[in-house]
Amino acid sequence: MNWAETLRTSWSAIGSHKMRSALTVLGILIGIAAVILTVGLGLGTQKDVSSQISSLGSNLLIVSPGSSTSSTGLRGGFGTGSTLTQADATALASQVNAPDITGVDAEKSSSLELTAGTTNWTTSVVGTGPSYLGVRQRTLSSGRFLTAADVSSQASVIVLGSETATELFGYTNVVGQSVTIDSQTFQVVGVLAASGSNSTSNLDDTALVPISTMASDLVGGTSANSVSTIYLQARSADALPAAYQEAKSVLLTRHGITQASNADFTISSQNALVSTATSVYKTLTILLTGIAALSLLVGGIGVMNIMLVSVSERTREIGLRKALGAPPGAIRNQFLVEAGTLGLTGGIVGAALGIVAALVLPGVIGSSIEVSGVAIGLSLVVAIGIGLVFGVYPATRAARLAPIDALRTE
Amino acid sequence: MTQTSLAQLLDGPRSAEPVIKLAAARKTYKTGSIEFEALRGVDLVIGEGEYVAVIGPSGSGKSTIMNILGCLDTLTTGEYLLAGDNVEELDEAELAAVRNRRVGFVFQQFHLLPSLSAWRNVELPLVYAGVHRDERRQRAIAALERVGLGDRVNNKPGQLSGGQQQRVAVARALVTEPTMILADEPTGNLDSHSTDEVLGLFDELHASGRTIVLITHEHDVAARASRTVHVRDGLIQPEGAAA
Repeated sequence: MNWAETLRTSWSAIGSHKMRSALTVLGILIGIAAVILTVGLGLGTQKDVSSQISSLGSNLLIVSPGSSTSSTGLRGGFGTGSTLTQADATALASQVNAPDITGVDAEKSSSLELTAGTTNWTTSVVGTGPSYLGVRQRTLSSGRFLTAADVSSQASVIVLGSETATELFGYTNVVGQSVTIDSQTFQVVGVLAASGSNSTSNLDDTALVPISTMASDLVGGTSANSVSTIYLQARSADALPAAYQEAKSVLLTRHGITQASNADFTISSQNALVSTATSVYKTLTILLTGIAALSLLVGGIGVMNIMLVSVSERTREIGLRKALGAPPGAIRNQFLVEAGTLGLTGGIVGAALGIVAALVLPGVIGSSIEVSGVAIGLSLVVAIGIGLVFGVYPATRAARLAPIDALRTE
Repeated sequence: MTQTSLAQLLDGPRSAEPVIKLAAARKTYKTGSIEFEALRGVDLVIGEGEYVAVIGPSGSGKSTIMNILGCLDTLTTGEYLLAGDNVEELDEAELAAVRNRRVGFVFQQFHLLPSLSAWRNVELPLVYAGVHRDERRQRAIAALERVGLGDRVNNKPGQLSGGQQQRVAVARALVTEPTMILADEPTGNLDSHSTDEVLGLFDELHASGRTIVLITHEHDVAARASRTVHVRDGLIQPEGAAA
């Protein structure tokens, strides 16, 4: 009996129990679709996170205040202190102490309400300086950026993110307009080009003012001199470790800390952020894929169950085929092909369902789903494999039936 | 009735050999610790072109003889030569091939596959013989014409009467041109009219030179055969073998 005959026989057997076959296929289908979706979701999220983090700027080190150890031995959490100052930023900019650091951008940010005419919009207002654009890898879509003169004169000028401009004015071409923060009027001098959002904040919903203006007019008080974050740009990606060491020793010296483990600041790099985020999403993906794989396993057991039912239901047919000259191998192949066909059908429909869901779902859940051809191909192989693996036992049982016993079954 | 089928049957040099030769055949069934001796030393020779009825009450061992002759089961001890070949040494796949080429089965329950049309049922043995599709269809339809069902080739078993179904089964037994036709109570499920129809068909096949072994417990059915073998308690009765 050749393969074409075996396929034909298996198809007609599947077709003669349409409802049962469809339900069996459903088990595999759901499993395959779930695997494709979870793997796709994991890959998509990983990609989103990496691109968001690298959108912060390349060769970037981020110095955050915090992680200080008090005299009582209590260790403050990340970002809890305000131990970084503008003087720290100036020291880091020194080419003598930190030759591998080419750009320093000290930022002081606070969530404030902006008013334009009758429109209010609360956004993250960042006090910064002219180095912002280079270090954070941003560009302007119109107007000019903050200058050193703006910083030294505490000018009341503001650069808006594209989304902030749209929220306040309804359009982005707003250079020359005025914005009020805390009853102080700022003149809009520039608008940032759109850049997207990262994992923690929307990069297009922001407003930039000179850091001196921010310190004296908008936040003030004892924290006037402190900064919330210092962004450092290393000379190159290779120089990142050297820049890291230089920044660390400069800050430790300035803060009078002798033991590095007592540092009252944290320096992180994008690579660290990316790898942390990636490992988190990897773990999540593995977890979800494991659950999806379990559902595939259940689907496989469903195939086995149905095949066993099919074998006992068709005992007489098996006996007859054997009496007419079917060798055990032909019977085994017939049931194996049947199980494999059920698996493959489930795989194809499941993959199609997964692809459709991957196209539709991102719009609903706001997270991209990356469906790779490898994942689809692999899941089809897995689907047919599951059919075959779970078909082996029923098929072997069918092949071993003694023809006389099988023929006698009523 | 054609002479070509007779010519095909007589091909090869084994016309001198008996079709069936059972010698000191014993068959013991074991169920747990209980042993049951179904055949207790049977000798049986059936020649080419013979029409033999094996008759006996239920439990006499005639079903066991049928299974052994049809290569559906093997002997515990003794020898079985089918067309001169010793089938005792063969494994399951080889036995399947022997059944396919040498034996045409006709069963009491017809054993047609309900989802297949008449000609698809008839072509089944040819599928396992590896015959090409076109030739299978041609031979299946020829066999159905031979049993008088040339106009029913596309009917499914459910659309045929009992007698017609059994004739489809006979066509299936004929289609491979087997060495012998082995019929197990072929009329057991048929009314008297259909019984006459099927037995008439066997008479015709016998007349055309076919070797037929018919297992039955009905004397009037056995009476149609040219020789009757009586089986009782796992042994062949001498007076039956002498006919």
